[in-house]
Amino acid sequence: MRPLSSILRFFTSLQLTVGLIALSIVLVLVATLDQVNLGLLAVQEKYFRTFVVLGRLPNTDIAVPMFPGGYLLGGLLLVNLVTSHIYRFRFSWKNSGLMLTHAGLIVLLVGELLTGLWQRESLLQLREGATRRYSEDFNHNELAFINTSSPQHDVVVSVPETLVADRGAIEHPQLPFKLRVIDYMKNAALQTREQSPHAPATVATAGVGPRIAVQRLKPSYKSDERNVPAAFIELSGATGPLGTWLVSTALEQPQQFTHDGQTWKVALRSKRYYAPYSVTLLKVTHDVYPGSEIPKNFASRVRVRSDDGHDDREVVIFMNNPLRYQGQTYYQHQMNKAEGFTGLQVVRNPSWALPYIASIMLGGGLAVQFAFHLLAFVRRRHNATSLVLAT
Amino acid sequence: MKKFIPHLVLLVAAITVASTLLPTRRKTDFDLATFGRLPVLVNGRLKPFDTVARTSLLVLQGRQRIVTPDGRTLTPIEWLLDVLYVPGRADIYGHFLIENQEVIDLFSLRPSEGDGGKRFSYAQLAKGIGELDRQARLADEVEAPLRTPFQRQVLRLRDRVILYQRLQSTLKPAGESADFFAELRKLEKTLPASIAAVRARQRGEPHDEAAFKSMMELVRKFDVMQSTAYLITIPPAGENKDLNGWKTPGQALVDSIDAGVVDRTVLAYAALGYAWHAGTSASFNEAAAALHERLEGAYAAALAKSDVEARFNAAQPFYTSMVLFVLALLAALASWLIWPDVLRRSALGLLAFAFALTTAGILTRMWLEGRPPVTNLYSSALFVGWVAVALCLVIEAIYKNAVASVAAGVVGFCALVIAHHLSMGGDTMEMMRAVLDSNFWLATHVVTIAIGYGAAFLAGFLAIIYIVRGTLTKSLDRGTADGLARMVYGVICFATLFNVTGTVLGGIWADQSWGRFWGWDPKENGALIIVLWYSLVLHARWGGMVRQRGLMNLAIFGNIVTAWSWFGVNMLGVGLHSYGFTDSAAFWLVVFGGSQLAVMMIGALPLDKWRSRHALAGAMASIQPPVSEEQVAPTELACR
Repeated sequence: MRPLSSILRFFTSLQLTVGLIALSIVLVLVATLDQVNLGLLAVQEKYFRTFVVLGRLPNTDIAVPMFPGGYLLGGLLLVNLVTSHIYRFRFSWKNSGLMLTHAGLIVLLVGELLTGLWQRESLLQLREGATRRYSEDFNHNELAFINTSSPQHDVVVSVPETLVADRGAIEHPQLPFKLRVIDYMKNAALQTREQSPHAPATVATAGVGPRIAVQRLKPSYKSDERNVPAAFIELSGATGPLGTWLVSTALEQPQQFTHDGQTWKVALRSKRYYAPYSVTLLKVTHDVYPGSEIPKNFASRVRVRSDDGHDDREVVIFMNNPLRYQGQTYYQHQMNKAEGFTGLQVVRNPSWALPYIASIMLGGGLAVQFAFHLLAFVRRRHNATSLVLAT
Repeated sequence: MKKFIPHLVLLVAAITVASTLLPTRRKTDFDLATFGRLPVLVNGRLKPFDTVARTSLLVLQGRQRIVTPDGRTLTPIEWLLDVLYVPGRADIYGHFLIENQEVIDLFSLRPSEGDGGKRFSYAQLAKGIGELDRQARLADEVEAPLRTPFQRQVLRLRDRVILYQRLQSTLKPAGESADFFAELRKLEKTLPASIAAVRARQRGEPHDEAAFKSMMELVRKFDVMQSTAYLITIPPAGENKDLNGWKTPGQALVDSIDAGVVDRTVLAYAALGYAWHAGTSASFNEAAAALHERLEGAYAAALAKSDVEARFNAAQPFYTSMVLFVLALLAALASWLIWPDVLRRSALGLLAFAFALTTAGILTRMWLEGRPPVTNLYSSALFVGWVAVALCLVIEAIYKNAVASVAAGVVGFCALVIAHHLSMGGDTMEMMRAVLDSNFWLATHVVTIAIGYGAAFLAGFLAIIYIVRGTLTKSLDRGTADGLARMVYGVICFATLFNVTGTVLGGIWADQSWGRFWGWDPKENGALIIVLWYSLVLHARWGGMVRQRGLMNLAIFGNIVTAWSWFGVNMLGVGLHSYGFTDSAAFWLVVFGGSQLAVMMIGALPLDKWRSRHALAGAMASIQPPVSEEQVAPTELACR
């Protein structure tokens, strides 16, 4: 047998389909159970958005492949599906439902892949009366250096948290000093020295750092808890070290210093996405059913103003009724009525329409396919009955 | 003569069902029905006292039946009246369910002192309430998934005690108040003088100190009632239909003092309580009628709904259906042994009746709630069973061999038993939380998924019939086996269609409300596993990897997959869908899974160990050649 045709036979076989589906079921099941330990985001990275699921040998740090990951299984299913349709299927009306279903599945898988690549989620948190032009991604932080010397504009250089986490030295052409990360903690608790007088000495020498005690904590994977990262960074200019700063998302205000006659601010903060329009929170509403604590409705009335001046209008965002605006979608996500606070989930997903198209194809395809089955069945019963009557 | 049996069976069933719809006549002069139909506001919904009584009993003690220490059986409404008005009587009823020995120990009690070893009275618990509260506060600090069975039971008992205490301080101050009605009547007379005393004191003028003090005492009492009451019973005056205007009696009394007149509805409820306490039926009936009249103007619609709901509660259509399903199952099973035609038709008749009754029950619930059929786990159980039975009726109409009737009897009965156990949480018609408050998505995504579940279970149970009849009896002949295989295959196709559609609809709902089509949330993953499983089954069959028996075993495994998705994922306690769940269900889920695996093992026995091997002999011939024409799916035909 020629090797090419046996490879082809393998990739177009129904056995491969069944095997891949079985492996997918195991993958999804294990990933679901592991959510209790890892939380939703880590599970997606470990099981689905990967080619192989890595595990660690007991009591070591050695990673070994344990199981095919979501990308590998999804990719193979896609190959299986596409090659089968090219080499095995021939179009017929009887077959049309199945082909439509499979085409829908392809769109769905591709859509999910694109979503994984393109989707960006962030949060727009506002108090009544406040206006913001950016949303924040609390799962990703950045170390921001802001040069505020120019009266016209600020210059911002931001270093992703992942680079900070790698420690070591970092240089950037727009930074007139060298940056060295002395220590980094994924999760930490910060207290003033008065609150914890027995805390060990700190390496911080500048900014608020010397007055603060930092305690390293275990990273949390719970969906309702957020890690508070902290780092000690040493800056040095041409003439030598400028000092060591403590930075953390727990410190609300950026710390200011001067270097070469220029004013800089430094802060570890949530990654920000700026938009060419502003959102103002006018009013939050939280209704409960009369005589109960059961929430009936959460709604935020906001005013959207675009920079080009073409848009200036009021919108109400509530559960199951998001605002889609300039490629972003705003969903009602958090609320504190007493403090007039709202949190809107901001999602940018250019491929959002694909699942809708896929759904129509899948549902329609299956309906057509099974309708053919039913018709064939009814016709056969009819023939059988007339046969009985005839005898 | 024999041919009339099916008609006779139907007639008896019809009479039985009709009798449940009639108002119950009891040997009492109290017009309990009128009182039971009065609407009150609880958790955002106007419902009759009758529902309050039944759900409170379920929450407190896990059943609606209540027997007094002297052996009298009370109706739920009689029990509620005692709780609301006569603490002296109600405090000795054994209606606090405690299922944990360590919790019983907290009160220095022995199981033998309780009703049935596990139901205790408030009087028995009274001394240990302080300790219960301390333990509950300790347990509160532990995260829910990490709590021990003791801590969970402590919290549950604490909630039960609170519910009881709140019920008791709804219509009168808690504890044995001498005569609240007389107190209010007196207040009515002295109110102007008392108000004058309070005003005078505020201005610093001479005043009646005694009147002022008794006034302050009353206000304090009403304040406590207002903050602890469970039921909101007093409608706003006039034609005001806003539910936000309803008040607890405590609040209505506080407002009465401002207004200078005692609220008439509060007085009527107090009069009713006095009459119930004193056992004077004439004044009880008079007060109940007055309350009814008071609501007739602005709340005629609510009153009508309350009426229907109370009647619905009393008729217990799902309980009657349960009995009918069992009878249908027995008749259908018997039809395989004797009188095949007569018993088969009787079974079908009973089934149709049970189906009609559950349909009526579900429709009534839908009308009362103003919602699509599935709004919570309880109603999903009702609906999943309903779908399976509906499919069975269609299949039975085609095949006429009682197989689908047996399946319908089992699935219908089991679904109603599951629903019964899910109703222990309290009101099964609670209001929908904000994110779920969308009739469009409830009607599409949720209903479609529930239809998919129903079909999946039906396929599994039909497959169990195949395995059990084949291995344990000699009755599985070739024709029946082929027919069953076609049924299972057809139902699997149906289940796949609805599970796929329902799952993608769920994705679209998630995209609308949370901003992502798919989030790998446990419930979504559960649905995905169902979809993957049935596509695996279909592809394995189309590829000739499984034949009849293999298909049966895969369908039975589908039961485990579906049950896991329906209930199992909720037990993980993570994710956006983890609302409302009971913990003893975990045990039963494992038992169910084990039983399904056991049937699959039996099904995997070699054919020569099957008792039906001779009847199936024709099968050997048809299994040998590749695949018979009928078993080949269109794909395969097209591929050839």
